[in-house]
Amino acid sequence: MSQKEINLLEDFEQKIKDDVKIEPKNWMPEKYRKTHIRQISQHAHSEIVGMLPEGNWVSRAPTLRRKVALLAKVQDEAGHGLYLYSAAETLGITRDELFEQLHSGKAKYSSIFNYPTVTWADIGAIGWLVDGAAIINQVMLTNTSYGPYARAMVRICKEESFHQRQGYEIMMTLCNGTEEQKEMAQDALNRWWWPSMMMFGPTDAESTHTAQSMEWKLKRKTNDELRQMFVDQTKPQADLIGLTIPDKDLKWNEERGKHDFGEIDWEEFWQVVKGHGPCNKERIAARVKAYDEGKWVRDAAMAYAEKQAQKEAATQPISKTA
Amino acid sequence: MKNWPLWEVFIRSKNGLEHRHCGSLHAADANMALENARDVYTRRMEGVSIWVVESKHVVASNPENSGELFEPAKDKVYRHPTFYDLPDEIKHM
Ligand SMILES: [Fe+2]
Ligand SMILES: [Fe+2]
Repeated sequence: MSQKEINLLEDFEQKIKDDVKIEPKNWMPEKYRKTHIRQISQHAHSEIVGMLPEGNWVSRAPTLRRKVALLAKVQDEAGHGLYLYSAAETLGITRDELFEQLHSGKAKYSSIFNYPTVTWADIGAIGWLVDGAAIINQVMLTNTSYGPYARAMVRICKEESFHQRQGYEIMMTLCNGTEEQKEMAQDALNRWWWPSMMMFGPTDAESTHTAQSMEWKLKRKTNDELRQMFVDQTKPQADLIGLTIPDKDLKWNEERGKHDFGEIDWEEFWQVVKGHGPCNKERIAARVKAYDEGKWVRDAAMAYAEKQAQKEAATQPISKTA
Repeated sequence: MKNWPLWEVFIRSKNGLEHRHCGSLHAADANMALENARDVYTRRMEGVSIWVVESKHVVASNPENSGELFEPAKDKVYRHPTFYDLPDEIKHM
């Protein structure tokens, strides 16, 4: 390492230590850049793919009120994906490369979106649990060390709280309905609980990235800490509407001041991560189809813009260029 | 085919405040950039006015030159009101 590089590295480390944000044009270690591209784009892909399971119910929402809310939520998720793609692009990767990584399967997205939405109650469970878990992670990330990522998170967090509330309201309404409706809500909770718990990633003991991420202040809390927050937050919410979290080991631990909970099926987690979840293929196929079928629109828009620009240049009065 | 260029988006949140940079997006031309900015950045009445400018037209200072650019201001404390000693009786000046 040259003296110049040593100075740059020291300056970078000092910034991290002093909680001074790293901005796009600042020097950063190559590994910091790569890790951020991976994490931010993975986050962006999750927002985009996350639209698919919910979009499945837009046309079949039970009332107009539910429909406009779901539509607005799905539209927000598209926005979140766009904020995050832009943040990733500040690190020197293009939007096309990011799409290519998603479509080829090289990039990952949150495994939760590889589960199907089979009943309307699933829309309630997703808003309540999946957005709930995402919010816990994203609130932490508003403090992350990379400026554009942190700013995107601030915008996203402002928009997320309605997502969770609309989901919980759906669950509550079902729980106040007929016996069958309540069963539907319980069934959705049963299916979505464990995948939601997995959203925080492997346990701290197993997580390969945690130490480095904490050092760079990319993450401020570990996977296990975040998961614990999720359990403690969600349990009373379930009780309030008379639903039972499907974990027989879940109980309050007076000594810890936290809930104890059961073992996660990590075998299932890794299966889904590796592409063997119920909907992995379907999700990517839907993305690729949308992208390919939209190509002519993107091309036409660009051709039109170029033509307009040429026309404008041609009608420019001569005095202006003189 | 060429990719849509990148645009920077600035939003005035209400009259009386300046436009502030809020993010970027891709669009084929200026009109589309405005429309996309409306959809991406003002879904909850966050703005009353939008500026878009193609990112390639933004000239930015280089952080490597931060020293020459910004440090000279550091030792000019006499540009600040607290530099001047006044009697305690003068409460507001
Ligand atoms: Fe989101
Ligand atoms: Fe959300």
